[in-house]
Amino acid sequence: MLPTDLIPESRKRLGRGLVWLASLVLLAVFVGQGLYKAELTSFGFDTWQPLIYFYVLWGIALGAGQVMTRGEDGYKALFLLPAVLFTIAMVVFPTLFGFYIAMTDWNLSSFSGRTFNGLDNFWQMLGDAYYRNALINMLIYVAAISVEYVIAFGLALLLNAQIRARKFFRVVFLLPLMLSPVAVSWMIGKSLMEYRFGPLARLFRWLGWDTPAFFASPVSAKISIMVLDAWTFIPFMMIMLLAGLQAMPRDVLEAAKVDGANAWQTFWGVIFPLMLPVSLTAVILRIIFKLKLADIVITVTSGGPGGATDSITSFIYREYRDRSNVGYGTMLAMVYLILIIIFVTLLLKLANRFVRNVT
Amino acid sequence: MSEQTEYAQSEIQSPTAFYASRIFIYGALLVWAFICLFPIYWTISTSFKVAVDVTQGHLIPWVDFTPDWRGWRSLGLSPDTIGTGSTVRDEFMKRFMNSVITSISASLLAIIIGSLAAYGLTRFRYKFGFFKNEDISFFFLSQLILPPVVLALPFLVLYREVAMLDTRIGLILIYTLTVLPIVIWIMRDQFNSIPVELEEAALVDGLSIWGAFFQIVLPIALPGMVAAFILSMVLCWNEYFFAALLTSTNANTIPVMVASQTGSQGINWWSMAALSTAAIAPLAILGIALERYLIKGMTAGAVK
Repeated sequence: MLPTDLIPESRKRLGRGLVWLASLVLLAVFVGQGLYKAELTSFGFDTWQPLIYFYVLWGIALGAGQVMTRGEDGYKALFLLPAVLFTIAMVVFPTLFGFYIAMTDWNLSSFSGRTFNGLDNFWQMLGDAYYRNALINMLIYVAAISVEYVIAFGLALLLNAQIRARKFFRVVFLLPLMLSPVAVSWMIGKSLMEYRFGPLARLFRWLGWDTPAFFASPVSAKISIMVLDAWTFIPFMMIMLLAGLQAMPRDVLEAAKVDGANAWQTFWGVIFPLMLPVSLTAVILRIIFKLKLADIVITVTSGGPGGATDSITSFIYREYRDRSNVGYGTMLAMVYLILIIIFVTLLLKLANRFVRNVT
Repeated sequence: MSEQTEYAQSEIQSPTAFYASRIFIYGALLVWAFICLFPIYWTISTSFKVAVDVTQGHLIPWVDFTPDWRGWRSLGLSPDTIGTGSTVRDEFMKRFMNSVITSISASLLAIIIGSLAAYGLTRFRYKFGFFKNEDISFFFLSQLILPPVVLALPFLVLYREVAMLDTRIGLILIYTLTVLPIVIWIMRDQFNSIPVELEEAALVDGLSIWGAFFQIVLPIALPGMVAAFILSMVLCWNEYFFAALLTSTNANTIPVMVASQTGSQGINWWSMAALSTAAIAPLAILGIALERYLIKGMTAGAVK
């Protein structure tokens, strides 16, 4: 544990040498394996797997080099290094690779293999009515969060009231969040909502809807998917809002009471404005999760009827599963990523400004 | 004086108004509790039904219908089949173990590297080129908005090249990636709540940075780690998309098995219900037992 200026020059040189050596080895293995795979040399590994081990070794050498050249600062860097190296290997590299795939004409079921075709996939995407339809569906799904938010807020208020058995109700309300969406798809989508024998279908028939086919018409199918998704995710917002309610300063509520405000006025004048920051956090996190919606759509409707319930993810999933269209599917995914980044950035900026204006 | 009486009046509501509000609150609570519990009750009870009970919509065991082990027998998990050999049960147990191993390993791995990174980010100043602490934090947390579908197809191709398609280790790595931002988020909140003075005292006493981390900070941060772990477990156990794309026969997890059964036509309801029950039970029990930590994890950093 030496401060940087007390480290002997020889140790620093050794550390730098180690990192250089490790980098050279990693590069050499990479190039060598690339040449072998391109059938230019006869020496190499069967798969690219050894490259992962060399990457790990390189990471260890890099960490050791940090300690040797920078002493205490090096030890501090060791905390961050594993996570950074892991994320770069798992996200940055595959994403860059994805951008390359997106610009190829690559269908796993055709024999021609992959050929570079520039922006052809992109132009094809612009004319793809199903993709546009899926994008619009995503907007509708995201809009449904407003209803989820109202319900979640109501439940949080209920749980925050003076009630008995609060812990029991909290656990029960939280349960849907712990269930796997795929199991929920069957439990609710495929059996409770089943046309002939499902209890929910029976209930609706008794209420006067003669043909309670929840997934037959585009509108009812969309609503059913939203209900399914809301059922699992309302607890998530509810818990965050409940935490916000419990952290609310008591004296403000007392003051409102002293001023003679009734429950309705207290809610709109005091509770709701104070809850805005927590609400925004909860809603934004929920939107981020909603943008990943896939499991339920894939397992219950596979996007049907006629793409009415498709989310982007389920659409791309089928593009790959049914048509093996890797190149085009990846282009769709990359465009979606860019749209999401723009959307979420705007959302965060807007939320920041909004909170600052109100409070 | 007049203010006093007004205050008292608003405090003491009329008995009818009081009971009306009580009835409304408990009524609403019970209705929502019913909405949450009925699908679960329906699934569990259906796993004990036979065909006629399903078609006639019988709901209450022993009153409406006689419970039957048929659903569990088809999984090989009923009392009379549990001792005998069953291919379905072997299949189920294989998937089950895959789920257990991948979700526990991924959660642990994410907590190890995530806690280290979160600790570094809360305690030290870093500077890698243009990247300072805030940028590094943002880099990690921004992974949260990355939709799985963006990584799915590149991973499919890359995993085939490195021979990790349909392996548990492949799934573990990608699950670690998906929960890492959440772990870092929770642990950063946790470490921020621990006073720096504790470590400064330890450093004065001659402990190294890493020594102080392991001996002083980690024991205090344990509740946060449990919270991060249980939340990661829930997410990994229930994950379907990557498992469906990246595994086929060896490393399939429970959700993939459930989904593949759902898709086939004419599957018996009782078998499906038994399978669903078995798929959700472990996590539901774990979640109820550690509910406090689950809530702690979800609300980390939400309330200042």
